[in-house]
Amino acid sequence: MSEHSGHIVPSKLNWLIWAILMVATYVTYRVAQIDLGLFNTVVALVIATCKASIVVLIFMQVKYTSEKMTKAVLIFAVAWLILLLFLSLTDYSSRFAG
Amino acid sequence: MSDSPPVAEHVEHTEHDRPELRHHFADEVQQRNAASLGMWWFLGTEIMFFGGMFCAYLIYRIKYFPEFAVASRSLDLKVGALNTAVLICSSLTVAQAVRAAQMGKRMLQVKLLLATLFFGLVFLGVKAYEWDMKYQEHHIPTFDFNAKNLMQTPQDRHLLGLDKISDPVELRRKEAEIQQRSQIFFSLYFALTGMHAIHMIVGVAIFSVITWMAWKGRFTPEYHTPLEIAGLYWHFVDIVWIYLFPLLYLIDRRPGA
Repeated sequence: MSEHSGHIVPSKLNWLIWAILMVATYVTYRVAQIDLGLFNTVVALVIATCKASIVVLIFMQVKYTSEKMTKAVLIFAVAWLILLLFLSLTDYSSRFAG
Repeated sequence: MSDSPPVAEHVEHTEHDRPELRHHFADEVQQRNAASLGMWWFLGTEIMFFGGMFCAYLIYRIKYFPEFAVASRSLDLKVGALNTAVLICSSLTVAQAVRAAQMGKRMLQVKLLLATLFFGLVFLGVKAYEWDMKYQEHHIPTFDFNAKNLMQTPQDRHLLGLDKISDPVELRRKEAEIQQRSQIFFSLYFALTGMHAIHMIVGVAIFSVITWMAWKGRFTPEYHTPLEIAGLYWHFVDIVWIYLFPLLYLIDRRPGA
């Protein structure tokens, strides 16, 4: 295939990612109904982050892109998001502590 | 100075041979990467846009946890999980449509894109059904909002701390407080799912055009950038839902908690 059509993801891999996402959705649905205390939220968010990561890497082809800036934009956007959530939550959690 | 005519000739040759290549790009790879990078920058701003709402949600979820937990339980878990599955299927059809374009299979592309539109519309239909249920339960903020049906089961009353209150005046004060705080959950629920649904509607509109372009045979193995970057947008909207589902529906589903 010509070089400018980009990386062609094998059909089987796309279906595998789909299957993993479906199974992960089922797992998060079932685990939420088991009492794990505080870990219910942690497990739900870890599963969501795994799902989001494989969508970004395979479906959005970040794993295959020749453009390095794509990865930079993605990493910085996520870093700013974490900064937003982290700083806001430290502020608010200390504000209502007293 | 003498080499300006050959440059002009070169440009003419390029536009004739490769009509999709704009003259300010060196080659197709650069053009494609520039378009894709532009979409990634836009998605970066989208992350911050949704991030602000996610942040507001997290702060209130920590502050008013019991009210958020009982309000979250009133959402239909099965319907939420079903919609997650529908969006995952639509992401697969988009990924497969990009693949079909890369291999130059026109009809396969059109079929996969129609499937994507179908899944997108199913998602929106299910969403409308859910919002209608919320309307019937009086869970739409300010529109005759009533949190009474969140305080009925012994489990909910225990979590909200209502079972420990015996003084009727104090009980009414507490109920009024729950009424206000659960309204904040539903305000954020409608802001987040509503903004996500608007993105879905925009996505369906974009993919209608993309499907038409695919039908017209506009996409070749060499040039299918519109399909590819529209796909990036679609997958992003899917990812937002991947986080919305656990955050809104799965706050506290433990039996007897």
